Amino acid sequence: MSRLWGRIPWTLVIFLIVLWVPWLGSRYDTFIATQILIYALFALSLNLLLGVTGLVSFGHVAYFGVGAYLCGILTKTLGVPFLIAFPAAGIGAGLFALVFGFFCVRLTKIYFAMLTLAFSQIVWAICFKWNDVTGGDQGLPEVPFPDLDWMAALPGFDHFRIAEKFFFVTLVIVALCVAALRRLGDSPFGRVLTTIRENPERAAFIGVNVRAYELAAFTVAGIFAGFSGALFGIFNRGVFADYVFWSKSADVMIMTILGGMDFFWGPALGAAVITILNQQITAYTEYWPFVLGTILVLLLFGFPGGILGALDSLARRLRNRAGA
Amino acid sequence: MLELAGISKSFGGFRAVSDVTLRVDTQQIAAVIGPNGAGKSTLFNLITGHLQPDSGSVTLDGRDITGIQPHRICGMGLGRSFQRTNIFPKLTVFENLQAAFIVHRGRGNNFWARSDSFYRDEVFALLGSIGLVEQARVTAGTLSYGNQKQLELGLALASDPALLLLDEPTAGMSANETHDTIRLIERIAGERALTLLFTEHDMEVVFSIAQKIAVLHQGRIIAEGSPAEVRADPEVRRVYLGHGLSHEI
Repeated sequence: MSRLWGRIPWTLVIFLIVLWVPWLGSRYDTFIATQILIYALFALSLNLLLGVTGLVSFGHVAYFGVGAYLCGILTKTLGVPFLIAFPAAGIGAGLFALVFGFFCVRLTKIYFAMLTLAFSQIVWAICFKWNDVTGGDQGLPEVPFPDLDWMAALPGFDHFRIAEKFFFVTLVIVALCVAALRRLGDSPFGRVLTTIRENPERAAFIGVNVRAYELAAFTVAGIFAGFSGALFGIFNRGVFADYVFWSKSADVMIMTILGGMDFFWGPALGAAVITILNQQITAYTEYWPFVLGTILVLLLFGFPGGILGALDSLARRLRNRAGA
Repeated sequence: MLELAGISKSFGGFRAVSDVTLRVDTQQIAAVIGPNGAGKSTLFNLITGHLQPDSGSVTLDGRDITGIQPHRICGMGLGRSFQRTNIFPKLTVFENLQAAFIVHRGRGNNFWARSDSFYRDEVFALLGSIGLVEQARVTAGTLSYGNQKQLELGLALASDPALLLLDEPTAGMSANETHDTIRLIERIAGERALTLLFTEHDMEVVFSIAQKIAVLHQGRIIAEGSPAEVRADPEVRRVYLGHGLSHEI
């Protein structure tokens, strides 16, 4: 059973299901689905640090923000096409992660976390104050959608507006990124990262250059965060300094832990649950942070492994009962 | 094989290791003994790069390794086990050893291949050698204490070391487990032509397999030589008498 479960190509299955949202759902559903996809990628990139390598970064939003601003500046201010601006945003975010990470991996635990936070606040301050380039507190409104007119020629696409067309772009990009992250986690590189999470002292004495691997993980996570940020800037029709504020790092960490950081799909599930709950609950009450806080308390005491952790232990218990 | 020349280490005002000079020859089985707090673990950490000596040098196979980072020393053919069991608890036994092979063979930079079948044969050969084949799919943290120690030995061996440092390999074991573990270590050291340096509190173990013994007391080596020489040393008898251990010698 569980072996069969493990063989299902989940990325493809989820891709094929989500693909139908614009036809089967409303425009609003497509809007929410796009947002979930982008946050899912952001949370999955964080989990490469949190769940896989055991590094607690409180500043992951910096790379999301760098990606969003780079893509926004390149496409809006400089008129660079999306096909060039998008990869550039990821690479740029990765370079920032490489430079900041170089210093961060020299520290451990809470000091590491504090330094990641400090760097992200520096990025925020620059975005907030550098009026000429980032628009300062006004941000960069009206980041253009990529040119997607060619999609109208596809069968069944003719009635879609640009936001729905951009949903498909987001879906394809996120699926490719998720497949790459999945592959990375299953690779020898990913295995070495798990040894660092489990026991950095021992990892060093099977010959792991712990800092170098941590820096590599930090950079890769930064690249994928940059991709998600670039998509988000376009999706949200603008890039603003709020995106880089440190509380966004907490949001994505909550998604990751809620879904279950020990499971590859946990962060994606967490992103979906938080986004949907947020939309549903803010329709009834303005006390969303209160609801979120309550969920977190229940989660930490009731299901420390997150949603997938709880489902996993339930499945185990049922299987044991069936076996006994 | 391994030479320590006058190494010292202080923590604050406390001299944990003081001017220690020691030589271990190729394929020798050497032991460092001494009462708790004598500086045995500190001495090991100085050799493996976990601590930097204040003075003195460490030479491995003619190369000065003083102050080099642990992962590089590990790559030079020095394996170690730790006093507190040190494994990767949430990975399976198989994955523990597989990771060690991946790192040692320099494949950790492979981002793309699936790691499942990497070094399968090597891992199972090593599992056979340390007697853990049956437990290959078990999560390492759920193993019995004795099995975890065996796994740790496996982790040290995966990097194919020429010199193996074992810090209290039988700490916390029952008499039976101790006996089995020592036989295992002895057999593997013979098969792989290893040089062995270990610390141990069980004197019976030490005198049964060590060819050379150094006695550490308050950070200094107070006696060094064959088991017979050390047993006869008056200074050793006095130190151990003070700790009520003389009957064990």
